[in-house]
Amino acid sequence: MGPGRQLALLGALAVILVLLVLASLAVGSRSLPLDAVIHALADPEPTVERSIVIESRLPRALLAVLAALGLGISGVLAQSLTRNPLAEPGILGVNAGASLAIVISVGFLGVQGFNGYVFFAFLGALLTTAVVYLVGMPRPGSSDPVRLVLSGVAIGAVLTGVGTALSLVKPQAFDQLRAWTIGSLQGRDSSIIATLAGCLVIGVVLASLCARSLDTLALGEDSARSLGTHVGRTRILVLLAITILAGASTAAVGAIGFIGLMAPHAARRLAGAHTGWIIAFTALLAPMLLLCADMLGRILLPGELQAGVVAAFLGAPLLIMIARGRKAVAL
Amino acid sequence: MSLRKTLRTPGSLAILLVLCLLVTVFAISGGEYQMSPGQVLKTLFGQGEGIENMVIWQWRMPRAVAALLFGAALGLSGAVFQSLTRNPLGSPDIIGFSTGAYTGALITLTVLGGGFVATSLGALVGGLLTALLVYLLAWRNGTAGFRLILVGIGISSVLASFNHFMVLRAELDVAMAAAVWGAGTLNGLTWQSVIPAGILVLLVSIALLASSSRLQMLQLGDDLCRALGMRVERTKLLFVVLAVLLVAAVTSLAGPIAFVALVAPQIARRLAGGNKLQLIPTALVGALLLASSDLLAQRLFAPVQLPVGVVTVVFGGVYLIYLLNRRTVRA
Repeated sequence: MGPGRQLALLGALAVILVLLVLASLAVGSRSLPLDAVIHALADPEPTVERSIVIESRLPRALLAVLAALGLGISGVLAQSLTRNPLAEPGILGVNAGASLAIVISVGFLGVQGFNGYVFFAFLGALLTTAVVYLVGMPRPGSSDPVRLVLSGVAIGAVLTGVGTALSLVKPQAFDQLRAWTIGSLQGRDSSIIATLAGCLVIGVVLASLCARSLDTLALGEDSARSLGTHVGRTRILVLLAITILAGASTAAVGAIGFIGLMAPHAARRLAGAHTGWIIAFTALLAPMLLLCADMLGRILLPGELQAGVVAAFLGAPLLIMIARGRKAVAL
Repeated sequence: MSLRKTLRTPGSLAILLVLCLLVTVFAISGGEYQMSPGQVLKTLFGQGEGIENMVIWQWRMPRAVAALLFGAALGLSGAVFQSLTRNPLGSPDIIGFSTGAYTGALITLTVLGGGFVATSLGALVGGLLTALLVYLLAWRNGTAGFRLILVGIGISSVLASFNHFMVLRAELDVAMAAAVWGAGTLNGLTWQSVIPAGILVLLVSIALLASSSRLQMLQLGDDLCRALGMRVERTKLLFVVLAVLLVAAVTSLAGPIAFVALVAPQIARRLAGGNKLQLIPTALVGALLLASSDLLAQRLFAPVQLPVGVVTVVFGGVYLIYLLNRRTVRA
């Protein structure tokens, strides 16, 4: 496939994404016609419609787009860094670290509510990935990505175990944890959206800087070196990008790891083998998935069906179709 | 001589065996009714008094035997899935059995309000249906490992978020009871359930050991096996069925005890050295892991009984981290 066709495809996806955002502004417990939405966006006159669209639905749509973008791109990076199709951002311990931090902050530090523990969750995710990397750091002269995966699995397991044990002792922490784990876009502060956006900018810049090096790294470490890639530096930068993207998104919307697993597989099918293109396609596909999930959840069971649940129900058939298709690409 | 070198000789598997026995004797000697190891041994060899016979044979023995057998069963099933998918993250979880079993158990616990038998039955039905669904959906002129993994992830994610949803909607105390089952626990096992499950585990393990050369051969790749005259799909199906039987026996009684299946084959391989499939060491490592985890689960916060699954993940995780790091130091 030539770059022209890919650009056209990207353009088409971008248009669909914009339409989806508009639709998500219209859909809700009080549905608005599309022209009312556009009117509310354009006209600064304070009306009920405008306050619904600007104050409640626009931040939520924005949060969906941003969080999905972070989860999706970190998924692409995690899969190519570890060369493992099972890798999703959670593989580096992000979810486990965030969960444990939530249990500790709610159960033992007396923090209350989502806006209280979200920064603990982010901190937990960051610290955990750092430890995962220190333990699973590739040895000099070896390119064994299995070590990093196993390290993530091992540390994630330890933290999950401790977190579960503590939450079974502290019912209020268990209560908060079960609400966070499921993944939802409801009731998030706008300051969280701003912080998330800031983190994403850093992460996306890092990711695009590393895209080419990741392609050469896929050829094997020796080939990558001879093509002038700094293997160690690339790994650390990619890991930093994964941590920031996945940590911030996960803290903000909960453990919706499936999007980071699902969107890259779909993107790889459309984009071919180049990491740069895969990132670009994922950046559009992942938000589409989460927006659709959130809208459907709002229509089916207003206020009760979380985006994380719907995302899994939407994404899984897609993933299975891709897996059954002839073009399913092994890494 | 290092432990690793010692273990290379087949006879020294005895070390693992002795450790298993020691842990077991220690486990059945403690609890609310304290006994000395001497008293325990006396009771085991038929010289015990009334109350001691009762405590050992009726109360503590079923649990201790279950820990050993179930641990071995989980380890073996993990080894099968890791070699079938040729992925170190392969475990019975990828075919969705554990998640499906939890779904079945959650439905019986939260909707139907069932007791032990109903929960076991629900788990069994849920797990088997899920495994069947994954296998059928992954079938397309054969089951490539990669496709099996992707389909398994898809189905598991749907069920996992459905499970989160059920846990979130349930009353807090029901949800916490369900979470204990979901973590995996050996609490309250009696001979009535352990004996049939144990016999099944033993028979399947013998079948597995008898056909281990074919499992070893499958690691060479489908094409080579076909060229050597093996009926690849039929053989794979046989191994999947055996591994699922093992997991089913364990999970229906004790819940989805995490991580033993994933980590036991990895630990056994690193202990024994080489890339050869290590079924017997894997079974012993699994047994030791579950038995010692259950000991900790009972004693750590006594009288509060932790679910053993919480300890297996921590224990297995810490050991895996140690092994990963030791390799770094050696290199």
